[in-house]
Amino acid sequence: MNGTMTFKTLQTIGRFGVLLALITLIVFGWLRYDNFLGTYNVLSVLRYNSMFALVALGMCFVIITGGIDLSVGSTAALGSVVAALASPYGAVPGLLAGLGAGLMIGACNALIITRLNILPFIATLATMLAASGCALLLAGNQSVSVSYESGFTELGQGDFLGFPVPAWIALVAYLLGSLVLNLTSFGRTVLAVGGNEDATRLMGLPATRVKAIVYLASGGLAGLAGVILAAQFGAGQPIEGVGWELFAIAAVVVGGTLLTGGVGSVGSTLAGVLLLGLIFNILNFENGLGWISLSAYWQSVIRGLFLLLVVAIQARLSVRTEETV
Amino acid sequence: MAETATTLPPRPAQEAPRFELKSFLTRYGSWIALALLILVNLAITPNFATWQTLNVNLTQVCAIVIVGVGMTLVIATGGIDLSVGALMAIAGALAPLIFLGKLFPLPSPAVGIALAFVLPVLVTGILGLFNGWLITHLRIQPIIATLVLFIAGRGIAQVFTNGNLQVFNLPEFQFIGLGRIFGIPFQAFLMVAIVAAAAWMLRRTMFGRQILAVGGNERAARLAGIPVASVKQRVYLISGLLSGIAGLIVIARNSAADANLVGLGMELDAIAAVAVGGTLLTGGRATVIGTLVGALIIQLVRYTLLANGVPDAAALVAKAGIIVLAVWLQRQGQR
Repeated sequence: MNGTMTFKTLQTIGRFGVLLALITLIVFGWLRYDNFLGTYNVLSVLRYNSMFALVALGMCFVIITGGIDLSVGSTAALGSVVAALASPYGAVPGLLAGLGAGLMIGACNALIITRLNILPFIATLATMLAASGCALLLAGNQSVSVSYESGFTELGQGDFLGFPVPAWIALVAYLLGSLVLNLTSFGRTVLAVGGNEDATRLMGLPATRVKAIVYLASGGLAGLAGVILAAQFGAGQPIEGVGWELFAIAAVVVGGTLLTGGVGSVGSTLAGVLLLGLIFNILNFENGLGWISLSAYWQSVIRGLFLLLVVAIQARLSVRTEETV
Repeated sequence: MAETATTLPPRPAQEAPRFELKSFLTRYGSWIALALLILVNLAITPNFATWQTLNVNLTQVCAIVIVGVGMTLVIATGGIDLSVGALMAIAGALAPLIFLGKLFPLPSPAVGIALAFVLPVLVTGILGLFNGWLITHLRIQPIIATLVLFIAGRGIAQVFTNGNLQVFNLPEFQFIGLGRIFGIPFQAFLMVAIVAAAAWMLRRTMFGRQILAVGGNERAARLAGIPVASVKQRVYLISGLLSGIAGLIVIARNSAADANLVGLGMELDAIAAVAVGGTLLTGGRATVIGTLVGALIIQLVRYTLLANGVPDAAALVAKAGIIVLAVWLQRQGQR
């Protein structure tokens, strides 16, 4: 009982910690810079970060099952190339093509991990290379420009009810993800698999199928992120997406999801993505003030420090809970 | 399955040779694959048996092997080091800053070159220790602890150089990447020396046994009185030092240091070499020579495809296939 209580506290602190940090950062920006909370800035931050949000959502589910998906970055690149190639046929075919490419890589991951019993780390490392190779082959080693007549670019650049379309897509995905994780038996099985896979299997829950679906979903979401990438920047980019997987992992961890699996929250992952995204935004504003001039390179240093801070705090907390148990 | 009952008595006799074949394949599979690759190349690739082919392949594989040796030791303890590529970038950014005299005034060029060899490797070694400290003292999982420097490290290198390309022409320094002894690249000798030293250490020294014990069963190792934290610290230190050396080799070879590119994706190449080489990714069983062979296999497959007109992108897909196949075969052998 005591164990579960401290576990709950840990979870709460993880969840509210990231929200607190996010709010602090927003208030800081609001007080310090003009136009920080202006419509233009808010909407462009949301538009740009929606791709990362989608990738991080899939990663969140994968990590909750105790796995990892390194292939999301190059899957997004492949998705963007395939979507760009399909873009002359319209927005929906482009969307479906990118999604399909992502699902295909996701299916490969699911098969290799559940059928061949290969560690997720190595399996997705391999598909990462394969997806990247496929993207380069399809694109002929250069970026593929999308069609501007078919309405495909609306998926990345358009607005719906005054809100960017990609942000809508991400919002819907997160709502669905949250519902699935918290309210369905599938979601509970995801948490159970991460907590203790053998026990889950012995209870007769479909552990293997759940794992397969989670990797499939992660691939699909990465493909979707690729569609948005292509639509937003007007080109399918086979060499984009490098390092996205690690950015997504960082966002998930900052959101308080434990890498050991079994615990996690969809909402905190979104907060983690926004937190890491805002760092870049604030850096831009700070440079705009003219007091300092930090190059864009500082953003990765600061992101790294942020990650360090968060995991250090998490580690302290979990050490303390271990002692009290 | 159905015939197990009837064929029970002769079964051991039938099983025994098959089992030996399996263990033979898992033990020497990577060597056989390497030998086959060389034979295939001798048959189909024009001008394969030349010094130039040897040198090209050796030059491209050296940095991966050197980093891979550190990665093998880290993985043997059940950890992982994602920061190796970023550490290479840091070493690669620091060295030219030092010998071009941009960091501090130099009494003489010779001192500058000496310091350009020593200081960057020392810095990456300290950063490796930092990784180890995060893992042992803060008890952060290795993949997350080294992710910190993966993200921040390249940024640090870019901030040092402001993201600019540093071009130089300094034969004394570049000997580490361009020098030749008896027509063979100096870096190949360095690679062989490092592989031999690490293989000897893993097999013959107390420290080597401790590494494997920690990776095999950390709790048991601790109960047996092995200083687990110190063993892990040293392993990440070694990985940091070797990454620094690899960073110096890469910039010396290119006559230029680009913090955006040096060591990019190296963590994955090194892990792939370790996996194909037959080291158990969960720790406890490791082979440094295997990592060398694994890196050679991956490099040779890529060379074979490129030399026969297959585009580089398709070679990536082939590499993915090799990794999955190798790891799957090893799993079969363990059963």
